[in-house]
Amino acid sequence: MGCFTFYIFNRKGRCQYYHEWQRLKPVRQGAGSQEEDFKLMFGLFWSMRALATALDPKNPNKQQMGAPQRIGEGCNFYSFKTSSYKLHFLESPTGLKFVLTTDPSVGSMQEQLQHIYAAMFVELVVKNPLYTPGEAFLFEPFSAALNKYMRTLGLLS
Amino acid sequence: METINAEIFTLTYGSMVRQLIADYEDVEEVNKQLDKMGFSMGQRLVDEFLAKSKTQRCSDFREAAEKIAKQGFKMFLNCQATVAGWNAEGTECSLILEDNPLTDFVELPEQLQGLKYSNLLCGVIRGALEMVNMDVECTFVRDVLQGDEVYEMRLKLLSSSPESYPFKDDD
Repeated sequence: MGCFTFYIFNRKGRCQYYHEWQRLKPVRQGAGSQEEDFKLMFGLFWSMRALATALDPKNPNKQQMGAPQRIGEGCNFYSFKTSSYKLHFLESPTGLKFVLTTDPSVGSMQEQLQHIYAAMFVELVVKNPLYTPGEAFLFEPFSAALNKYMRTLGLLS
Repeated sequence: METINAEIFTLTYGSMVRQLIADYEDVEEVNKQLDKMGFSMGQRLVDEFLAKSKTQRCSDFREAAEKIAKQGFKMFLNCQATVAGWNAEGTECSLILEDNPLTDFVELPEQLQGLKYSNLLCGVIRGALEMVNMDVECTFVRDVLQGDEVYEMRLKLLSSSPESYPFKDDD
């Protein structure tokens, strides 16, 4: 078992999709509620990006910390690793955010997240007439495809 | 990418417009409905475009307009548009289409001269750009069906907003 959880956020910070394969500590003991958990997660990568941009040594026109940015502006971070898990992050120009947490030994997942975006999210969610853009969704074909893909990657047994 | 027969597409669109005219009986209302339908399509289409073309963020409106004209039209309609007529501030431009697959076999009868037959496209562009936080106004200013040389859509950038933190600090 290499993957733990997966989130999709829209540009307004709403969690549209959440899946957990393995989460030893229930959300109740962590953030408190599912809602809180989503908020914490969103705040985490939001602040990561703001910090990364503020510290950017290469950008000549530095922005003030926390100044509003356009989607994709400033630094984009791809992942971070802790002693117990690794968080992979992909943001589309439409502000969709794909977050995957895995075992820290897993390599870069940028291409894989891009594949989830292009081949699964677009095909099975965006093209599903029941999907309302920006709203939460739960479509069996998408979940099935995601599980299958994780298995192909060897992250799920 | 998956493709379909161009004639089926053209005829389907034609019968849809025909149905709208029958349902609404008012040309202005039909124009409005086409724009609205296009808007919802654009909201979805944009992700397919971005994901499959692996487009990164456009730095400004100019780049976005070029991308739509060169890549977007190519991908979904298999035709190309040219971007022209920029205003000095770079907030307004025209997309010019010489060839428009939606209007093959189409002639506008006398009493429907006010119909913007391809108005759906304006809606699509508006919807797609809305998803990348650009609010635009898009209207047809020239239309071959109304006797012009080319199709011209006027694009006007109203606002381009940054992403803001959606939650208040205390909740």
